[in-house]
Amino acid sequence: MNLYRLPAYELHQLIQDREISIQELTRSIFQRIEELEDKIKAFLSLDIEGAMEQARRLDRKLSQGKKLGSLGGIPIAVKDNICLKGKRTTCGSRILEDFRPPYSATVAQRLKEADAIIIGKTNMDEFAMGSSTENSVFQVTRNPWNLGSIPGGSSGGSAAAVASGETVMALGSDTGGSIRQPASFCGVVGLKPTYGRVSRYGLVAFASSLDQIGPITRDVRDCALLLGVLNGRDELDSTSLDYPVPSYLEYLVPDLKDMRIGLPREYFVPGMSHEVREAIVQATGVLEKLGAKVEEVSLPHTEYAIATYYLIATAEASSNLARYDGVGYGLRTRGKTNLIEMYKKSRQEGFGEEVKRRIMLGTYVLSKGYYEDYYGKAGRVRTLVRQDFEEVFQSYDAVVTPASPTVAFKIGEKVDDPLKMYLSDIFTISANLAGIPGISVPCGYSQEGLPIGLQILAKAFDETTLLRIAYAYEQSTNWHKSKPEDLKL
Amino acid sequence: MKKIIDREQVRYIAHLARLELSEEEEKKFTRQLGEILAWVDKLKELDTSEVPLTSHALPLTNVFREDELKRSLSEKEAFLNAPQKKRSHFQVPKVIGD
Repeated sequence: MNLYRLPAYELHQLIQDREISIQELTRSIFQRIEELEDKIKAFLSLDIEGAMEQARRLDRKLSQGKKLGSLGGIPIAVKDNICLKGKRTTCGSRILEDFRPPYSATVAQRLKEADAIIIGKTNMDEFAMGSSTENSVFQVTRNPWNLGSIPGGSSGGSAAAVASGETVMALGSDTGGSIRQPASFCGVVGLKPTYGRVSRYGLVAFASSLDQIGPITRDVRDCALLLGVLNGRDELDSTSLDYPVPSYLEYLVPDLKDMRIGLPREYFVPGMSHEVREAIVQATGVLEKLGAKVEEVSLPHTEYAIATYYLIATAEASSNLARYDGVGYGLRTRGKTNLIEMYKKSRQEGFGEEVKRRIMLGTYVLSKGYYEDYYGKAGRVRTLVRQDFEEVFQSYDAVVTPASPTVAFKIGEKVDDPLKMYLSDIFTISANLAGIPGISVPCGYSQEGLPIGLQILAKAFDETTLLRIAYAYEQSTNWHKSKPEDLKL
Repeated sequence: MKKIIDREQVRYIAHLARLELSEEEEKKFTRQLGEILAWVDKLKELDTSEVPLTSHALPLTNVFREDELKRSLSEKEAFLNAPQKKRSHFQVPKVIGD
C-alpha cells in the first residue's frame, strides 16, 4: 500500500486504528519527496527534523491513549506566503529570501492545534502574482501529469505536491484563482473560501480585499475536513467574520435533489478549448442525473471582470508592497546611498519583473488625475459583477463553470506576454471580486492526459452547498482516482 | 493613435513607486503598460454613474475591540530581521544634514 496516495481521512483512520504509525507515514512522504522532488520542484524548503519530531510526539500521545486532533498525524505542505515562526517565508521573492517571521499565521496555529504535521513550504509565483508559478525567483515547478507543462499558479507548488503524492494536503492562497486554477491543472481539489471565512493573519498581503487562504486536497472530503480546521473568527484579522461555522462533513451526501444549478452562458467563450467545453457539458449531465436542475443563466458583466481585477489587485498590491523598503526586514541594497536611493535600489534588486510591472500599474491607477478613471471605475464595475451573482443566487443554489478555458499550458508559453497570462484567470477572478466561495474538482482529462477542472461557485458563506455538489459529483465519477503515476512519472 | 502612457510618465511613476528601473525595463514597461491600459479601457463601455463603489466584498464597517494590554513581539523579535540596526533602532542612511 502506498501511503502517500491515500486521502487524509483514510490515513487518519489507519492511524487511530494503530494500523500505521505517524512516523511511518511521515517518513513515507519524505521518501516520496526524495524520489520526485528533482523533477517536480514543488518545495522551497522542507522541515524534516521538525516534522519527524512532531510525528514522534504524536505517536507517543497516541500510545498514551490520548485522542488526537482532527488532522492528527497528517502531513501538510504550506504555501510560502504563509508565515511560520522562525521558518524561512520567502513568498517566492528575492526581497524576502532570508525572512524568518517572528510569529506564525493563524492558520498555521490551527493546523498545529489539530495535530497536523507541517512538512515544508511550497513554491509560488512571486508575491502570488502569476498563473503558472514561473514567476518564482527560485525555481520552476513542473506539472506532475506532464513535466513540460506548468502546474498553474500562483499556488503551483502546493497543487503539484498534492498531485504527486509529495504531501497529503496543502494550503494555498487565492486572490484571483490561485488555488482553483492550479488545482484544476493538477487534477486535485482546491477551494477558495468566502472572503472573511478564514483568517488572513500571517498571510503575506497581496491584494487585501481579495486574498483568501484555502485547502488543496486529494478529494472533497479532505477539503471539507481541512476547511473545518482553518475557518472561523480570528481576532487578529478584523476582516475574518464571526459567522456560524458548520460541520461541513455532515453535508457530504451523494445526491442533489432539489438543487438548482446555473450554467452561465458568458463562460463559454471563444478561445475555450473544445475538450474543456465537452468535459463541462458531460459534468452537467452527471449533476442532472444526481437530481439537480441545471439551467442556463447569465452573468452579464463577466467580460469586464479581468480588467476590473487587474486594476483593483494592482492598486492594492502597490500599496501593500510599499512596506518593502529595506528598513525593518527584507533585502537592503549594499553600498553607500542616501535614503531614497536605498529604497529604490533595494526594491529594484529585490522584486522580480512581474511584481514591478504590477506595482507600476497599481501606482499609476492610484495616482492623481487617474484615480477615478481607473481605480474608481473598477470599484464600480466590481459592484456590477457582485450584483450579477446576487441576482442569480436568488433563484439558484450554485453555478458551475470551467475552472480555466484550457488545460495546463507549456512552460515558457506565456511568460513574455503578461496580457495573455492574465486572460488565463478569466473564469476564477469574478469569485474574488464578489467575495464568494469557489471550488475546483477534477472532471476529465484532455487527449494528452492533462486534467480538467469543474468550478462550482455559491453565495457568500454557503460552502456547505459548494462541498455537497462537489462531493456528489466526485462520488459518481472516477476522475479523482486517476493519479499522474498512471502516466509513468 | 495617442499613447496612453509615455516613457516620461513611466519614469515618474517609477519614482513614486520607489523603483529604479533599468533602461530596458522602462522601455518594456512603457509598451506593456500601454497595452494593458488600452485593454482595461473597455470598462468605459459601461455607464457606472449611478453605481456605488465596492472597495470590499463584505458589508463590514468598523470593527472594534477592547483596548487591552496584551503581549506583543519582544524587542528582540521585532529586530530579528532588520538589515541594519543599532541598539534598539533600525538604522538607515543619513537623512538630514548632507
